[in-house]
Amino acid sequence: MAFHRLSTCAVALGEKGVALNEDTHSEILLHVNGVKHCLSVDNRTTLLDALRERVGHTGTKKGCDHGQCGACTVLCDGRRVVSCLMLAVAAEGAEVTTVEGLGGDGELLPIQQEFVRLDGFQCGYCTSGQICSAVGMLAEYAEGWPSAVTAPGSEPVLDAVEVRERMSGNLCRCGAYPSIVRAVLETAARGEVTG
Amino acid sequence: MSGAAPAVGVARPRVEGPAKVTGRARYAADVPMADLAFGIVVVSTVTRGRIRDIDVAAVQDMPGVLGVIDHRNAPRLNPDAGHFFGPDGGLQLLQDDVIPHAGRPVALVVAETLEQARAAAEALPVTYEVLPHDTDFSADHPAGRAAMALFDGPVDVGDVDRELAASAVVVRERYFTPEEHCSAMEPHSATAWWEGERLQAVDSNQGPFFIATVVATLFSLPLEQVRIRTEHVGGGFGSKGLCGPQLVLAVMGAMHFARPVRVTLSRNQVFLTTAMRPAIEQMVRIGADDDGRLRAIHHEAAFELSPLAEYIEGCTELTKTLYATPALRTRLTAVPLDILPPYSMRGPGAAPGSFALECAMDEVAERLGIDPLELRLRNEPTVGPASGLPFSTRNLVACLREGARRFGWASRDHRPRMRREGPLLVGTGLAATSFSVGAFPSTASITAEPDGTFTVVVNATDLGTGARTALTAIAADALAVGAEKVRLRISDSDFGPAWSAGGSRGTTSWAWAITEAAAKLRSSGDQGTVTVDTAQLLNDLPSRERHSYSAVFAEVTVDPATGEVRVRRLLGMFAVGRVVNPLMARSQVIGGMIGGLSMALHEEGVRDPVSGRHINADFAGYHISAHADVPDIEADFVPDYEPGIPMGIKGAGEIGNVGTPAAIANAVWHATGSRQRALPIRPDRVIEEHPLQ
Ligand code: FES
Ligand code: FES
Repeated sequence: MAFHRLSTCAVALGEKGVALNEDTHSEILLHVNGVKHCLSVDNRTTLLDALRERVGHTGTKKGCDHGQCGACTVLCDGRRVVSCLMLAVAAEGAEVTTVEGLGGDGELLPIQQEFVRLDGFQCGYCTSGQICSAVGMLAEYAEGWPSAVTAPGSEPVLDAVEVRERMSGNLCRCGAYPSIVRAVLETAARGEVTG
Repeated sequence: MSGAAPAVGVARPRVEGPAKVTGRARYAADVPMADLAFGIVVVSTVTRGRIRDIDVAAVQDMPGVLGVIDHRNAPRLNPDAGHFFGPDGGLQLLQDDVIPHAGRPVALVVAETLEQARAAAEALPVTYEVLPHDTDFSADHPAGRAAMALFDGPVDVGDVDRELAASAVVVRERYFTPEEHCSAMEPHSATAWWEGERLQAVDSNQGPFFIATVVATLFSLPLEQVRIRTEHVGGGFGSKGLCGPQLVLAVMGAMHFARPVRVTLSRNQVFLTTAMRPAIEQMVRIGADDDGRLRAIHHEAAFELSPLAEYIEGCTELTKTLYATPALRTRLTAVPLDILPPYSMRGPGAAPGSFALECAMDEVAERLGIDPLELRLRNEPTVGPASGLPFSTRNLVACLREGARRFGWASRDHRPRMRREGPLLVGTGLAATSFSVGAFPSTASITAEPDGTFTVVVNATDLGTGARTALTAIAADALAVGAEKVRLRISDSDFGPAWSAGGSRGTTSWAWAITEAAAKLRSSGDQGTVTVDTAQLLNDLPSRERHSYSAVFAEVTVDPATGEVRVRRLLGMFAVGRVVNPLMARSQVIGGMIGGLSMALHEEGVRDPVSGRHINADFAGYHISAHADVPDIEADFVPDYEPGIPMGIKGAGEIGNVGTPAAIANAVWHATGSRQRALPIRPDRVIEEHPLQ
């Protein structure tokens, strides 16, 4: 078997260095929640699987592995991405934020507080994705990005219709949607998205 | 006794809330495990046939591959293993070369990493001898036969034909609902390993004790040698009620490779290998007098199943109790086909059954020219129309009247196609419904700890229902202490027998055992440990008609040019007994209503008739309601109390789904003037050739 695993970075890497070894593994530096992880990954490893199986951050969930449900949403340099559709090797150099990295020191972010207070989840499986997506979405809105329901040529105004449209990539089979929308709007009303 | 304020009835956020919003809550696939190997399932691509060959040698030397388990080297399983309805051939995985349905697991490929296991599973050559299949469901299929009569058996009251002949109006219609998938967001995952003589597993399921009994039977192990745990479960909706293929195969992997093996189904495999609602065709005949009083209801339902396992889709259950009628006839037909064995999906029987019954009732109202609300009110029974038993509580009228008041029903023009907003047609509809409630035997134990706290152990499972939070409140009140004094432990088969989370009977069953244990502990002076089993108490419960009730009101817009239906308002009033936690209960019934909305407008498993396979077995092809499909939903509770069950509670897990599809379908009729008797109400079923001018 041509398989081997490197426990530490065997090759000195620059910030963005990628070293390819003979059995299609790459050594990468993954920045997750402010911590650098030096990993030797199978090139086929998705960012989602790298986070869950290699970094040990299982807060990010796999609902479909095909970019269809949003459960695996994380932030890459502040933008929301579905981590099942991104290869770990492609996340090199990006600052990845997962649900574990949102709050600080046991403090919940306003969005997390509102999810708890307003019961924005039931089983909780979609929740990490909903919350990361909401953080990314509120940043997009703050930058003036329109959505499909924004009247052409006008400034978007964040109401329930806008939130529903912008959050539609995040499925919730428990049907917590109305509470999620309320939690997002309450957070926006508090005016402090990221704490 | 301390003066702790009651916890039941108070709206409180979930106890596990902070863990769920920070990613700390662990689901089955999240549990860290040393020396873990990954198993990927390979499923059949043919619908009926035999395996000719599985070329293990072709993948054996791929990087990281530990090996392949198939029917030639898998451990032998006990064919007696099954569930509520009897032995389940669906559990007999990798036992022979027979392919009974598309998506049947044929091999487990195990490797060091996920990527390696997946690559080898994709590369594994499997060849089949293809045999002709039959997946073509219809009510008059020649293989149809009477369904098992374990419950919802046939009923004959009065003379249906004579009453129909004497009726002023008779509605006779057929209704169709397709295969639907539970689609919990967490794909089924199990990790199994041996600890000495004991088989251990962490699995996503709805009741670890029941699952442990199935695994013990299946692998011919004494029950004490099997321990199954779950912690957080990412939804179930019925699909995790059975011992899933992930667990059977993970156990085989742990046995074969003598190390921990994790098997997580892909989303596609969740569609192909875990419980779905069967396709159903129903016929309803209702006869009524001029004044709207019913003379007869005749309700027949046919559903598909698999020859591998019995199942009952009890569509006619609520027809036996919802309305007064001198004549009633119900029949259930099962049609065996070459499909995955169907099983309960949220609101089994009742959700499709209510769609047929409540749409037919709407048609009766239309034909008589009376208010559909009034039609329901005029047919309130005083005793169970089929059982003759008194109702334990019956608060349907309160739900209907209060719902109508809040919805503004009184101002509705009952004629169809009267409201227009630009290019859109607007309509409203309602449905009444019931869902049977009760409890099953469970055990619980409570220990009075030296520090004044109480450890409550009950084999409950929290699928997102809020069981942890609700049972903590119930235990606190039963012990007359504050909720902070209660430590609840759930979801470990070692905790002893308990009913699973299902049938809307989880909370009632567990709460019963907890309150009983608490009463015993208190009478012994809050000392030591008390363990109870409620089996006998449940036997002593007098026979009654026991149901939750609801009335659902919907407003839709229909664009006749595109056929798009959108739900603009949805309101549900519920009588679900005493409400343990209004915040969570509202979430639960609203979630159910969204499931009903999704059933009404979106969900449909589509099979290719040539191959017999599902062609839309993922979230891109099988749409479940997303944020943009769902309006703000109003749900509330009328005062209700179930006298037969401790704390007066019922169950609220499924009734939300029931009623919503009919309310929406009736609203679509009111908007357009066309009846929708097949779900989902797709654009092609609604679109009109000549758009509005
Ligand atoms: S798991 Fe990535 S979108 Fe579903
Ligand atoms: S909370 Fe269960 S899927 Fe969203």
